[in-house]
Formats: sequence, structure tokens, C-alpha cells
Amino acid sequence: MASTIRVRAIASGDTTEVQSLIQHPMDSGFVKDAKGEVIPPHHIEVVQFEHGGKTVFTALWGPAVSKDPYLKFSFKGGKKGDDLKVSWVDNKGATDTITAKIQ
Amino acid sequence: MNEFGGVPDRGRRIILKSAVAGGIVGLGFGSFPFPAFANADAKDWPADAFKQKSEADALKALYGKSAEASDKVNLDAPEIAENGAVVPIAITSTLPNVTGIAILVLENPFTLAAAYKIPEGTQAAAASRLKMAKTTKVVAVVESGGKLYSATKEVKVTVGGCGG
Repeated sequence: MASTIRVRAIASGDTTEVQSLIQHPMDSGFVKDAKGEVIPPHHIEVVQFEHGGKTVFTALWGPAVSKDPYLKFSFKGGKKGDDLKVSWVDNKGATDTITAKIQ
Repeated sequence: MNEFGGVPDRGRRIILKSAVAGGIVGLGFGSFPFPAFANADAKDWPADAFKQKSEADALKALYGKSAEASDKVNLDAPEIAENGAVVPIAITSTLPNVTGIAILVLENPFTLAAAYKIPEGTQAAAASRLKMAKTTKVVAVVESGGKLYSATKEVKVTVGGCGG
């Protein structure tokens, strides 16, 4: 299965800039489908980024985050070729993980 | 931490896709040559804070205190968002020792949109995209040295992004 996570991490100087895009419906629980029935909430709750055994960023998301969520942040440290691990879990317990190389 | 911990079985990949009572996270680290660390864990999610309908209640549930306005919190949001389903929001801060960032959309059904934990060494900045039901005030809150600081901006929404 193709990963739901696309992540690009670029080291420049002593900081690494991370941009990620995750495929997820992020249903808010307020939208109705064509039959007029409410689509139940289905959204990512936690996204975690790890580098060198240390969590460098944790996102806690509610249903107000847009579909196929985008995220950008930067952290100190990280060299070209280092591993950056990204994982998420949603409110139905589904999860995905990817390990990307810092560029 | 997890029931698969410490078994460096490279050939296998274990993926739990189904919801597990108590929010245990599926782990797929059979392909890593070193013991994996903790994955994203649904137990970290502050469900109570995400249910609150006012700014004060959400901040109280999340941080246990209220925020004061500060010009050291920068909230970058469009003045007019044509599509409320995708509104780019960026927050940066020049405050020292930032440990958390939260974004609140006051007119949404639930006020708290997102919260970020900022460990030491990570910059006090986060950019993402949010849904907004209608024209609303957006509040960026930054936790620095145990105190909360905020910045507010109004975003005019032409087409709401919260339902049909």
C-alpha cells in the first residue's frame, strides 16, 4: 500500500525544515452526504515527528483541520541523510508511519 | 510501551489497521534495524479540550490558564478566505522557551482547531490549513515559560467550510 504520508525535510545550516502532506478525509462530523445523512467524524488526532530518538514535533488535531492536511515546521539539528520518522493516528485507531531521509 | 517492543524481526511488518479499545496505536516497525520509539499515540489527544465551545474553556482544558495579548505572537492568516475549507494559517513567535502553540477558530462549532507541542530545539513556528465555518476571529496562542500569549485576527470567509 502506498503510504498516506509525503514528507520532505531539508537541512540547511543548523536547522531542518519539514513539510508534510498526509492523505486523510478529515471529516468534521458536520457535513451531510447526498442522502442527507451526517458523515461521522473521521480525523487525525495525533501526528508525531521523530529525529535521532527524540520527538521534535507533535501535532494534536481536531476536525477543523483541512482535508489532506499540510504541516510545516523547523527544528534545530538534523543532517543530510538522517532519518526522520513520521507517524499519525486517527480517531478510528487507523495509523500510518513513514521514515524519510533528510535532504 | 507496546506489546511488540524489542523484537527486531526485520522480515515482518505488523500493521494494525483496526481500532483497538483504549486507543493502542498500530506499529509497523519490523523493517527498522533498531528498536522503534513511541509512535503517535491517541492517548496524547486532549479530547476534552477539543470539545469546548469557547476560547476560555478550550484554553482552560488544554493549558489550565488564560492568555494575554502579545505582539510577540505573529499570526499569518488571509484577510479574506474565498474557500473556508482550506484557509492557510501560520504562527510564529519571538518569545523564548516556547513549549506549545494552539490555534482557535472562534466561530467554529468547536473552538480549538489544532495544538502543537514544541520540544526544546524546535522553532516556535507552525503552518497548516484549517476549515472555517464562517467569518471568524482566529486566535493564535503561544505557551512560553509557563504563560500564555495570544494574537487575534479576523478572517472573512466567503464560502464556509464546515458542511452543507
